Amino acid sequence: MSELLELADKILAHATDGEQLEVVAVKSKDTEIRVYEGDIESLATAESQGVGIRVIADQKQGFAYAGSLEMDVILETLSEARDNATFGTPDEFLGLAEPDGVEPVELDLYRDVSVAGTSAKIDLAKELEKAAAAAEPRITAVESADYYDGAYEAAVASTTGIRSTSQESTAYVSVSVLASDGEDTQDGYGFAVGRELADLDISKAAADAAERSTKLLGAKQAPTERLTIVLDPYVAAQFIGIISSTLNGEMVLKGRSPFADRVGETVAATQVTLIDDPTDPRHFTASGADGEGIATRRNVLIDGGELKGFVHNCYSARRAGTTTTGSAVRGGFKSTPGVGTRAVSIAPGATSRDDLIGGIDNGLLVTSVAGLHSGVNPISGDFSTGASGLRIRNGQLAEPIREVTIASTLQKMLLDVMTIADDVEWLPMSATGVSIAIADITMSGS
Amino acid sequence: MLDEALVATTISRALETGGDFAEVFVEDKRSSSAVLDDGKIEELTSGRDRGAGIRVVVGDTTGFAHTADLSEKGLGEAADAAAAAAKGGGGGTRTVSLTRQNAPNPNNVAVYPADVPKSTKVDLLLQADAAAREVNEVISQVSARYGDSRRQILVANSDGLLASDDQVKTLFSVGCVAMGDTGMQTGRETVGHTIGFELFDAHDVSEIARTAANRAVTKLDAIAAPSGTMPVVVGPGGGGVLFHEACGHGLEADLVAKSASVFAGRKGEQVATDLITLIDDGTMSSEWGAFSIDDEGRPAQSNTLIEKGVLTDYMWDHLRARKEGRASSGNGRRQSYQHLPMVRMTNTYIANGPDNPADIVAATEKGVYVAQLGGGQVNTTTGDFVFGMLEAYLIEDGKITTPLREGNLIGNGPEVLTRIDMLGNDFAMGSPGTCGKDGQGVPVGDGTPTLRVTALTVGGTAA
Repeated sequence: MSELLELADKILAHATDGEQLEVVAVKSKDTEIRVYEGDIESLATAESQGVGIRVIADQKQGFAYAGSLEMDVILETLSEARDNATFGTPDEFLGLAEPDGVEPVELDLYRDVSVAGTSAKIDLAKELEKAAAAAEPRITAVESADYYDGAYEAAVASTTGIRSTSQESTAYVSVSVLASDGEDTQDGYGFAVGRELADLDISKAAADAAERSTKLLGAKQAPTERLTIVLDPYVAAQFIGIISSTLNGEMVLKGRSPFADRVGETVAATQVTLIDDPTDPRHFTASGADGEGIATRRNVLIDGGELKGFVHNCYSARRAGTTTTGSAVRGGFKSTPGVGTRAVSIAPGATSRDDLIGGIDNGLLVTSVAGLHSGVNPISGDFSTGASGLRIRNGQLAEPIREVTIASTLQKMLLDVMTIADDVEWLPMSATGVSIAIADITMSGS
Repeated sequence: MLDEALVATTISRALETGGDFAEVFVEDKRSSSAVLDDGKIEELTSGRDRGAGIRVVVGDTTGFAHTADLSEKGLGEAADAAAAAAKGGGGGTRTVSLTRQNAPNPNNVAVYPADVPKSTKVDLLLQADAAAREVNEVISQVSARYGDSRRQILVANSDGLLASDDQVKTLFSVGCVAMGDTGMQTGRETVGHTIGFELFDAHDVSEIARTAANRAVTKLDAIAAPSGTMPVVVGPGGGGVLFHEACGHGLEADLVAKSASVFAGRKGEQVATDLITLIDDGTMSSEWGAFSIDDEGRPAQSNTLIEKGVLTDYMWDHLRARKEGRASSGNGRRQSYQHLPMVRMTNTYIANGPDNPADIVAATEKGVYVAQLGGGQVNTTTGDFVFGMLEAYLIEDGKITTPLREGNLIGNGPEVLTRIDMLGNDFAMGSPGTCGKDGQGVPVGDGTPTLRVTALTVGGTAA
């Protein structure tokens, strides 16, 4: 039995009559290396651990956490959580998860990242820096080249019968470069992700950074006009992530989703099918169990443009009179489980990216957005972000554009989806990327 | 927090295999929060994070390790790991003698939040909920959050420095949803200071709630923001985010050193109109980014970065300053003991100008007035930055008129600084913020008087 689960059991043994107790215990180990001009700029290694304890008693909930697995600290945390619970407002729908008979899929997400050895990791970062510097003559500097790996282990257990453990590893490299044409300077990044060092493709990371930094050289602000935009896969993934956040059962119950009460209605163009599937191991964020230890499952949110439903954890499901979709998400051990999609994707179309662009007379290929946190309101649906990218004219990529915004509303953008390409990219985020063309967007510029 | 002899031994051990510099950073942070949503006290949370981060510098290489185990064994192992990471070489025994340094503390705490009963905190939330709902029947949802934290730190290094700080913060925020014919709109207000529970002597939570509710209600009548480039007037307090993004980040010495800033190599040059004096000040009493010492043990300072439009200096941390043979400016900060420090802003503000704020609006025939800004983001390499407008209005014929829906504004830092043609005399600090850089968040403050930018791109959808 995992050490963490054993520890969780020890804590659960302190439960008193009439209280429900849930323990999440995590342990992680990280290595982080930054290389600059052929030397190690910094190398950090660390082991971290922590525990979060949720208490529900008399229909009231309390929580406490500590960045330690020492028993005296844990017991202090437990009594804090207990005390906190006395101040909650009674809510008949509160209650911990109970096993629902669905077995979690077995996902193979763990490799021993220490096998590679620190010097191999340093060498990889150095190699990446070199490759990026040499990728293109206009690259003037490599701002940073980083290697990171981490192993993460967690256990969730409760007095209501939940016993879940998970183990996963991550390895990634990223590089940030500066390019110049003598007048203009632009930056660009590239990355590669996997479960271990051997998964990482340095040359793609270097080539991506070179492409991103050089293609915007000489970019200018464009005049304001209404046009079709193409979100490149990396930007589309961020857009899909925002859309998914509005299809959250808790937001719906609390009157914060613009899509509440619209199940069964057409909310998007018929090309749009949106699926959350953490059981698909190709997702970087795949996971067999959710934040409450319930098996994750495949949830269809939008099918052919029709809204099918929302994601739920046990609380929101109980309150909505439905069952959990295995969509409890929690930020490590420091919070109670919320509700959210974990691994969402838009079903790809049959069109290649080139053909998708080839079909647009007047448009903007958006390769980067800024200010998604400040200009998008998932409650009202207002959408406005800074953007840069390449102009599309007569089906061809044309001059680079910067310092513009793109704006519409989330509701309208879903209905204005024209074409979805077939170029699916699995990214280190909770959504996959695919090129998407969306009509009738206001590009604001000079 | 830790026995001084043990700290000194740990530094010596970190340097056992060589190294130019070693540092121990100890942190003990307790935080508590209470959340009201949907009319219910949903949850009280208490948290404890305690540990030490140890770094060893050899030449240009930094080795770093952290541990939650503050015993001699735990600290020793972290010291060894940091030293191994830095790959010293050399070696030998170095004894470190520490001298305690006391820096003035800009933050005085009257009432420690931990001494206040939880029921009192919960009552504040209930009071805010009621006040927000009373504003107007269209208020359909209210959330409110109370949060406090006490962060005690100790920093010691091989230069003999030993310093500590006790940072207490208290925060209250309210978010409201208003429901109208055209859908939902939101409003938010946050008040936070580096002080204790006496925050609520100066700030009435009902007032905070009413401000948030009124913002949401006002926006129900909002029209789509215009699109295109036009004059933008930013109200007092709000404009701080603009400078934080337009030039603050670009003046951080680590980015400058790597030429990843449009402001690299421009010291002594006129970079802004002569109305602009930009100051980063960690000593601003009780402000969100104020402290006694930074996370490298350096006393907080007030640093003038731009004086009457001329770039006078960048912001520095220990490593960057050491390389340039100068002193740190007290801008070495980190999110927690689990992170390496880097150059960060504290409280960044523009000093008062000559103009009457009413005259600034009156002098603007057509444009946008931004009363409350949201967050922002900058690409320091190109200088392009965005910031959100949470509360904004049209300016028509010199008057503030119709409310606008939310959106981003975009501009280029170096260009925008040369386009500020009016500056008010009504300086105010803005809302407390969290500044993100390289994956680390630290608390920051900002402030400005009312100001006008002659041309900025407004990211709406209306013609």
